[in-house]
Amino acid sequence: MRRTVSLKKGLNLNLEGGMASQSPVTIPLPARVAVIPDDFPGFLPKLDVAEGDRVEVGSPLLHDKNDSRVKLVAPAAGTVEAIVRGARRKIERVVVKVDAAAAFAPVKSAPFADGDVSAVAEALMASGLWTMMRRRPYDIVPLPADRPRAIMVTAMDTAPLAPSLEAMVDGKRSEIEAGIKTLAKLSDGPIYIGVESGSKLPDFAGAEMVEFPRLHPAGNAGVQIANIEPVNKGEVVWTLDILTLARIGHLALTGEADWSVSVAVTGSEVNEPRMEKTVAGAELKTILNGELKADGVHQRIISGNVLTGTRESLDGFLRYPYRQVTVIPEGDDADEFMGWASMSPSKMSVSPSFIGHFLNRKFAPDARINGGRRAMIMSGEYDKVFPMDILPEYLIKAILAKDIDRMEALGIYEVAPEDFALAEYVDPSKLELQKIVREGLDYLRSEV
Amino acid sequence: MKALRNYLNRIKPNFEPDGKLHAFRSVFDGFETFLYTPNTTSTSGVNVHDSLDSKRVMIIVVLALMPCLLFGMYNAGYQNWLAAGATEFPFWQLMAYGLLAVLPRIVVAYVVGLGIEFVVAQWRREEIQEGFLVTGILIPLICPIETPLWMLAVATAFSVIFVKEVFGGTGYNVFNVALVTRAVLFFGYPAQMSGDKVFVSTNSICGLGFDLPDGFSGATPLGQIASFTGGNLELLNLKGNPISTWDAFLGLIPGSFGETSTLAILIGAVLLLATGIASWRIMLSVIAGGLFMGWVANVFQTPTYPASFLDPFDQLLFGGFAFAAVFMATDPVTAARTNPGKYVYGFLVGVVAVLIRTYNNGYPEGAMLAVLLANALAPLIDYCVVQLNVSRRMRRQRRVAS
Repeated sequence: MRRTVSLKKGLNLNLEGGMASQSPVTIPLPARVAVIPDDFPGFLPKLDVAEGDRVEVGSPLLHDKNDSRVKLVAPAAGTVEAIVRGARRKIERVVVKVDAAAAFAPVKSAPFADGDVSAVAEALMASGLWTMMRRRPYDIVPLPADRPRAIMVTAMDTAPLAPSLEAMVDGKRSEIEAGIKTLAKLSDGPIYIGVESGSKLPDFAGAEMVEFPRLHPAGNAGVQIANIEPVNKGEVVWTLDILTLARIGHLALTGEADWSVSVAVTGSEVNEPRMEKTVAGAELKTILNGELKADGVHQRIISGNVLTGTRESLDGFLRYPYRQVTVIPEGDDADEFMGWASMSPSKMSVSPSFIGHFLNRKFAPDARINGGRRAMIMSGEYDKVFPMDILPEYLIKAILAKDIDRMEALGIYEVAPEDFALAEYVDPSKLELQKIVREGLDYLRSEV
Repeated sequence: MKALRNYLNRIKPNFEPDGKLHAFRSVFDGFETFLYTPNTTSTSGVNVHDSLDSKRVMIIVVLALMPCLLFGMYNAGYQNWLAAGATEFPFWQLMAYGLLAVLPRIVVAYVVGLGIEFVVAQWRREEIQEGFLVTGILIPLICPIETPLWMLAVATAFSVIFVKEVFGGTGYNVFNVALVTRAVLFFGYPAQMSGDKVFVSTNSICGLGFDLPDGFSGATPLGQIASFTGGNLELLNLKGNPISTWDAFLGLIPGSFGETSTLAILIGAVLLLATGIASWRIMLSVIAGGLFMGWVANVFQTPTYPASFLDPFDQLLFGGFAFAAVFMATDPVTAARTNPGKYVYGFLVGVVAVLIRTYNNGYPEGAMLAVLLANALAPLIDYCVVQLNVSRRMRRQRRVAS
């Protein structure tokens, strides 16, 4: 009998533009792929390549200034086309022009399924897969010195329009079990796998399966570990998704890092929402080729889901965690007369003051913030979508006040910005909660 | 609508930083965002936002207050007609009389309060906040009909500036702004603001209504109880007939403009609860607290404190109790913010309101003071709830460490 955690708080946004089927379509190779260091908090990028260098799949592009063994690697072979820098010469992205002939010629390292702890860690860091994991506290890339108390693997993505992770690891049992065996060497504690209630996934050897309801944010690894064994001060917990786990297993078994990904192309502004097979960091131009509705409305392209994804232009790239692209109307071209008084049934809201609240229908919201930024006025709103034993309002206030003792006391070590995404969505005061939490975590890390 | 949008777009440059009307930027901004939902799209974090915003929240509260306002208008006329000994009560004339009586007060409250809001928003370079939309209608509703306009203006200005703006505006205030306005009137002008004179409109307005004689006295039920000196306690209306529970429920009794009718307040409560704007936890526990204290007082009834003769349910019908429970105690900014804290906070409001009106003969009504006291204690209540969460976390940490 699997352990079951019942969560009552949360919210599933019912959006237009979901996929009818999850079988992936193979699309042409992207002309370019990019690695974007901002997607890997805690990783301080230092270049390993120069423009014009030839790279293979898995060649290091960047290393971490804190520990040069931690790498970000090229997901496809080709030549380094551009190293784009922003303000203060910060590295924004490294773009690789894909060589179609040799794109996926895998660079093999030695399999290390039976290696010892340091061999395993070194191999993971060199492969680039290390950076696909996160650690609590701080929600950053794991530190090489970490010895996590537990590892939380999530096998469900409950975000709006997200693809089913379970379907994506179908038939990868041996990889997953090898991944579990590999990670077990790096931790003294248990490895939990969070699955949807009623999941068809088998019980994997070496891991404890825990069932969660399909109610966002129950798919967040942080929410899952908080409801199993919350992170205490001084402890480290690693979080990752089951796709990364399967990749780690594949690497351990074969010595090859697999950077091919399946991407869900979703959203109300997409012609035909579908799953596409491509490569991590691929150009959005290729992914969205022919997929955008030509209806004349301004569109917002989001790499990721509507809650935690990053806004990108059509010239942008697929960003971590490389599994979803959503396109919705931008909304800056709409002139809505007295929107606050609207009785329109097409308005999406958690508030019963909107008719849409009572309708069992799908919505196509745009990116407007639907109001103005205010101080926290309503109380208890965040709490309704925050299934952790934490008082989110008070934690946010402690972060804004930069009160470290209070942040610790209120549980900042247990949270990541993504856990606040729904609270940010429902907030009638329209505060930028994820940004506040990220800044709080960074501040705490710099001070402690 | 297109024409209006074009007009706004045309005049907008005047209000930009180097435009000639930039001193009114906040005013323009306030009206523009009121008329058209801003087109601002999210720049960080979530890409979609819920449709609910603070404008809608505030407007719903204003809508919920409308039954009280309309009934207040009727009752203002009714009391005047009744006091003059009329036997017929023409509906539209009563309503018109009440409208004329209350309109100057609403206008004064909004002009003074919103004026200050606009100035402060301009000065701080912020958007106009909607909080005063509610406060501005609450103030005339909780004040006696005969409150002099200049007093209303002074009290409104005082509380908007010193209770709200100095703390940082809507969302940062410790005390309910409308209630502090009422408290300033009550404590600043005790001679004019309490007693028998102010609760009934005594003059004819624009030819409507009746001029009452100078010596006229129209005590509220709670006022009658407070000045009760012995004998048989019977509450009388302006004509000298006994007040039935039904009259009190409907609100056909003297009292502050909008808070006499429990029925109208209930209609507002239904709207607030159905839309989820006000906390049912607070409303429920205020009523529970009031009934509990009313019951205790009633069990230990004594002629020293005549209000103890009141049935606990009558305690809910008279005075400002119901209004405070539905509209005042539930102000999310000044109430407790944690869910367990809301129960404690509400119960405290209920108990203290009845406690004051029963055991302090100096104050016939305690709802205002009870809410203000609970406002002051709300941070403490929340602190205790938050500490419970913190100590749970600390215990867990120690258990793991050992």
